[in-house]
Amino acid sequence: MGTAYSMLVTAAFMACLGGLLAFFLSIASKRLYVYEDPRIDLVEELLPHANCGACGTAGCRNFAEQTVAGQIEPASCTVNTAEQNKHIAALLGVAMGNVEKRVARLACAGGHHVAKMRARYRGLTSCRAASVAGGGGKNCSWGCLGLGDCADVCNFDAIVIDRHGLPVVDLAKCTACGDCVDICPKNLFFIHGVTKKLWIACRNEDEPDAAEAACEVACTACGRCVVDGTPELIRLEKNLAVIDYEKNALDNRVAIERCPTGAIVWFEGGLTFKGKSAKKIIRIESLPAPLEV
Amino acid sequence: MRPISENLNCGLQSSIDMSSFFKKRVATFEHGIHPDYHKETGSLPIQRLPFAPKLYVPLSQHVGKPAIAIVRVGQEVLRGEVIAKADGMFSLPIHAPATGIVEAILPVPSDSGAMEMAIIIRVYQADGQEIRVRNPQNLDGLTGVALAMIMQQIGVAGKGGAVFPTHAKLIPPNGCVIDTLIVNGSECEPFLTCDHRIMVERAQHIMTGIDFARRVCGAPRAIIGVEDNKPDAIAALTAALPGDGSVTVKVVETKYPQGAAETLTYTLLGREVPVGKRSSSIGVVMNNVMTMAYVGKLLPLGEGMTERVVTVAGPAVDRPGNYIVPLGTPLHFLLDSVGAKSRAKEVILGGPMMGIAIASLDTPVTKGVCGVLAFGKKDDTEQRTYPCIHCGKCVKACPKKLNPTQMGMLAAKREYELMADQFFLAECFECGCCSYVCPSHIPLVQQFRVAKSFLKDRKTAA
Repeated sequence: MGTAYSMLVTAAFMACLGGLLAFFLSIASKRLYVYEDPRIDLVEELLPHANCGACGTAGCRNFAEQTVAGQIEPASCTVNTAEQNKHIAALLGVAMGNVEKRVARLACAGGHHVAKMRARYRGLTSCRAASVAGGGGKNCSWGCLGLGDCADVCNFDAIVIDRHGLPVVDLAKCTACGDCVDICPKNLFFIHGVTKKLWIACRNEDEPDAAEAACEVACTACGRCVVDGTPELIRLEKNLAVIDYEKNALDNRVAIERCPTGAIVWFEGGLTFKGKSAKKIIRIESLPAPLEV
Repeated sequence: MRPISENLNCGLQSSIDMSSFFKKRVATFEHGIHPDYHKETGSLPIQRLPFAPKLYVPLSQHVGKPAIAIVRVGQEVLRGEVIAKADGMFSLPIHAPATGIVEAILPVPSDSGAMEMAIIIRVYQADGQEIRVRNPQNLDGLTGVALAMIMQQIGVAGKGGAVFPTHAKLIPPNGCVIDTLIVNGSECEPFLTCDHRIMVERAQHIMTGIDFARRVCGAPRAIIGVEDNKPDAIAALTAALPGDGSVTVKVVETKYPQGAAETLTYTLLGREVPVGKRSSSIGVVMNNVMTMAYVGKLLPLGEGMTERVVTVAGPAVDRPGNYIVPLGTPLHFLLDSVGAKSRAKEVILGGPMMGIAIASLDTPVTKGVCGVLAFGKKDDTEQRTYPCIHCGKCVKACPKKLNPTQMGMLAAKREYELMADQFFLAECFECGCCSYVCPSHIPLVQQFRVAKSFLKDRKTAA
């Protein structure tokens, strides 16, 4: 008897409590309702959910909010294909916009075949670990260590380490999210628009002789590209040629032709070109060499 | 011992004093390890090494701003002459380590791997190489900052390896009162015996140095902490103690890392530095015995720092021992002189636990190099890393009572911010105990160094 009674009381109490809470919740959901544009959810559906940050927003949801508000163009999402971005533009009735494709570029061409080693690194397979332990084994203290931190952090599998121990960026997969830029201990990655075609693939600030002794493809600051290229486009700074990308409209392929080491290169159609004067022992073909298995 | 779970939140519960419970005979700290010590060179007297034909004298041999070179290429320099002046308070002048000619000012490899500017001196081989330039000053009655400013001119930096300018370390920061000067004579790293030999052979210099240091920092007492595996050093120091009892020698247990600043402070005084604070906040300033010995030797004479005692040891060295090495001596010359160059495959600056493997034998000996260890070819079976089995050995070994297990797993996932925010990454002083005891051979300390380097880069970028 007592058991049945207490069960009844408990059930009734729980039912009342549930009803009461439901009542409060229903009021709260009405009173605290915030209107949100339903298009934000629709746009978010169409986004890749990579949350990579390449567009400059805090993530895909934030990007959706900003596109709906008209603060950012749908084309800014570099992970989506143009087709998908067109869908977003059509949904919102805005222009898709014209955002230049950007990719990550490596400022080093010194693979194991051209760069000299002074020591053998043994330890944790990580560029930063090698860099902390005496700067890694490469003679050039500025160059790529090739242990693949960048390939490791890339969420899009856009980076692979080639047979020379250099990361190769797959231009089709690269979304310019900048993770490789962050992780590289030698700060060799840069995010660049694809219309910028001239590129110095070296960061060695050592004296020219020391740089050339350490790596066959080092920039020796000989100044030929400065003379050959359009005036004021290229200058020499800290034993390196530096391209002024503000004046990118002036670039042309003449600048690379007389480079003795092939440190200055020209990107076109997914390939990398070196000048004809570049030493024959170094790879004349594309700079990030395609992976050969 | 205490359950592992208690140790999860860094070393805040250390007020539970277990040492009294276990009635240990010799003062010590909790945790730590007992590696093979290999202190064979401790019985050999200090010898002098010849001058290398060329000395590479880096402008940055200390923590802080690099010195500014004041010599030209082609200029003749005399041993002891100032060749680079200090750039501000947290910087030190550099003195010519030998009489010779400035051949170039070029970047040379440093232990960090980066190229650093150095003055390259071609040494006059026929010269007697006496100290030619001295600048003695009247030190009577000087105390505090005035004495520290004169101390700066001799260019002494911490000889234990951290190379913080000694004069700057001794000046108490605003609002801090220093009650104890701790002199660190517990050379706990395996192989290294240079501090040991200094204590045996130059006890008088150490006492003079302590006197100067106390006059700068205002500490009424000084304690020299020496590990119990150096009885001859303890005897030599005790014999040289001043009569007034202000300086005492305290024997501590032989255990690694007894000679770390945090652990020795805890062992001697039972005090711990709060997270993120400096040791001056608990009224302590610590100096290495060799730092004190050089202050005591150089300051009264007004001499500059031109050489230091370095332990050269390791299985690949034919004539291991403690050598007086002129600063700037390139390692290939040093290893050649002790008969190690052909066999040395791995060269480490500092001790085997915390030292740095270097990538180039052109790296010079600087003020912070306490040891040069050369190892021959190891057996080729590279130690494989296995997954963490959560045995907790690293937690038991960590003298800072951190949680290396958790941090190691977070590091593998690149969760560096989390390591810093919740697991006190910055408190790790990289003693290497966790890596040493790990049965899975996980390079924990290396992972922590990676994490610290990444966070430092991000901080400078932001």
